Amino acid sequence: MSDSRLDRIRRDPLFAQLCQSRSRLAWTLSVIVLAIYLAFILLVAFGGDFMAAPLVAGGVTTVGIVIGIGVILSAIVLTAIYVWKANTTFDDLTRRLLEGSK
Amino acid sequence: MMRALSRSRSRCVAAASLSLLPTTAFAQTAPVAPPINWHAIVMFLVFIALTLGITYWAAKRTKSATDFYAAGRGISALQNGLAIAGDYMSAASFLGIAALVYFNGFYGLNYSVGWLVGWPIVLFLIAERLRNLGKYTFADVAAYRLKREPVRVMAALSTLVVVIFYLIGQMVGAGQLLHTLVPQIQYWQSIIIVGVLMIIYVTFGGMKATTWVQIIKAALLLGGATLMAFLVLAHFSFSPGAMFAEAVRIHPSHNAIMQSMAPIGSQPNPIEAISLGLTLMFGTAGLPHILMRFFTVTDAKAARKSVLYGTCFIGYFYILTFIIGFGAIVFVASDPTYLVDAAKGIALKGGGNMPAVYLAQALGGDLFLGFISAVAFATILAVVSGLTLAGASAISHDLYANVVAHGRASEQTEVKVSKAATVALGIVAILLGIAFERQNVAYIVALTFSIAASSNFPILVMAMFWRGLTTRGALAGGYVGLLGSVILVTLGPTVWGKVLGMGTAVFPLDMPTIITLPAAVIVAWLVSKADRSATANSERLAFEDEYIRSQTGLGAEGAVSH
Repeated sequence: MSDSRLDRIRRDPLFAQLCQSRSRLAWTLSVIVLAIYLAFILLVAFGGDFMAAPLVAGGVTTVGIVIGIGVILSAIVLTAIYVWKANTTFDDLTRRLLEGSK
Repeated sequence: MMRALSRSRSRCVAAASLSLLPTTAFAQTAPVAPPINWHAIVMFLVFIALTLGITYWAAKRTKSATDFYAAGRGISALQNGLAIAGDYMSAASFLGIAALVYFNGFYGLNYSVGWLVGWPIVLFLIAERLRNLGKYTFADVAAYRLKREPVRVMAALSTLVVVIFYLIGQMVGAGQLLHTLVPQIQYWQSIIIVGVLMIIYVTFGGMKATTWVQIIKAALLLGGATLMAFLVLAHFSFSPGAMFAEAVRIHPSHNAIMQSMAPIGSQPNPIEAISLGLTLMFGTAGLPHILMRFFTVTDAKAARKSVLYGTCFIGYFYILTFIIGFGAIVFVASDPTYLVDAAKGIALKGGGNMPAVYLAQALGGDLFLGFISAVAFATILAVVSGLTLAGASAISHDLYANVVAHGRASEQTEVKVSKAATVALGIVAILLGIAFERQNVAYIVALTFSIAASSNFPILVMAMFWRGLTTRGALAGGYVGLLGSVILVTLGPTVWGKVLGMGTAVFPLDMPTIITLPAAVIVAWLVSKADRSATANSERLAFEDEYIRSQTGLGAEGAVSH
């Protein structure tokens, strides 16, 4: 693994493609998680009436409980999306990139 | 009366649930000559025997530094996912969140959500790159292309502050919990038992033993919590709605528990809520003992998958704690034998963090109570072991090997220093645990998470993603985050007002992250931009190589085969 190998990788268009697609996905998903969570915090702070409303008229389960559990599940789903994308696309790109630079 | 009680308690409860149990919660424990909790003791002993057996097995297989710090990088993704969950699901989150739900209903769910949402960030921004660039500690990555010595000193300092304070919180919680569950064991005796066992696991078994203790504890905790939630829901023919309805009928605040956007009896504070949210979210991604876990797996792919496993386990667990909290309202708050005074509300004998423990007894008698007690004990032991190993690694790998010995220490010496550091940290933890018995430790997790979120997290992410970061910028930003957190937590309502008794707080928030995290990033950016030194230029040039290695895993530390 010499400097020339690093140079070959640097110049390989696959490398730019790998970094761009992975970074785009990672930052997009990070922003989505942050937005979902901030929205949840703000709903708790300012949307008390909405969150405290029963899901069905006369019931006790509130909208807030469903949203809260939904935020937990969304974190798991977003994590799974990244792992799926990385296991398929990014790993394949990395393998081709490393083999091509030998 | 109940309202007045909960009002005075509300702020405490919110902060306390973050740490393990405020001291006062256990002050009124131990009825006269209680029966010996044999189920719990036998199960404690079984767990101790099992983990010591694992430590013996691990010790025989721990030869190199990589074995000691990183379990030979042979941990699988699923095992690491369980270990991550084990490190993260402390007794505080189990007992504390169930207790928050018991007293405040819906509001407790806010914590479950907050504790989980940091994990996707760990995956998207940190896990794989950390595994590709580092060896044993996150400082390996922070200092990758920067000046080794000052950056490692800073990373080690912040690691040690986080580890020592986190240890104090866990030790105080352990002493109080064990003493409550088995009143025949005194507070100081519990602390010594926990401290000595943890020293044995870590010095002899290193990361291998620590990881397996985490895995067993995680399996026990998930199994125990699942059984509890199952028994609660089974009582209502698996209808959560029926459970909520019964809880509303029994709880003295009735329907308010379904609508609590803040602790019952207090007003929501949006700024504090956002700051708490940022602290939980980014603090998770900066905890040294969690970051260290990513060096134990075979490669970046395993690191990535382990976060998904960990997130699933942790998310599932937090949903269970919510059910357990409501179950406690139904089964514990309705039973006067558990209550201090049934006429005055639902305050519990033995303190505010007992709902989950009493629920176990109400559902499954003394046997289940003993099991859940043993699980709580195992949880504390596992968490302190992981913390101590992270602290010892900062001392031996960052401070000793890379600063004192200038990178020329032999592997054997480095591991010896690490073992000595483990013993020293264990003794410090025991002494501080005893010293803090009567202190209010509610601020401790706020402090540790705030440092992790404001110092470790931004510097690590900037070092990996931003070409422009220089040594000066990293140091300035990192120290602003570290010292800013320490100073503002000290000036905040809990420490300034309650612990020090100085009256009105100088700084209005308990969680300073909303100020300290942006401050650290801005300072690191400004100082790096202004840095015109020759080393700064070479550091910027070195980014390219680091970036290629972080993206491709080229030259990453491989697994050790035995």
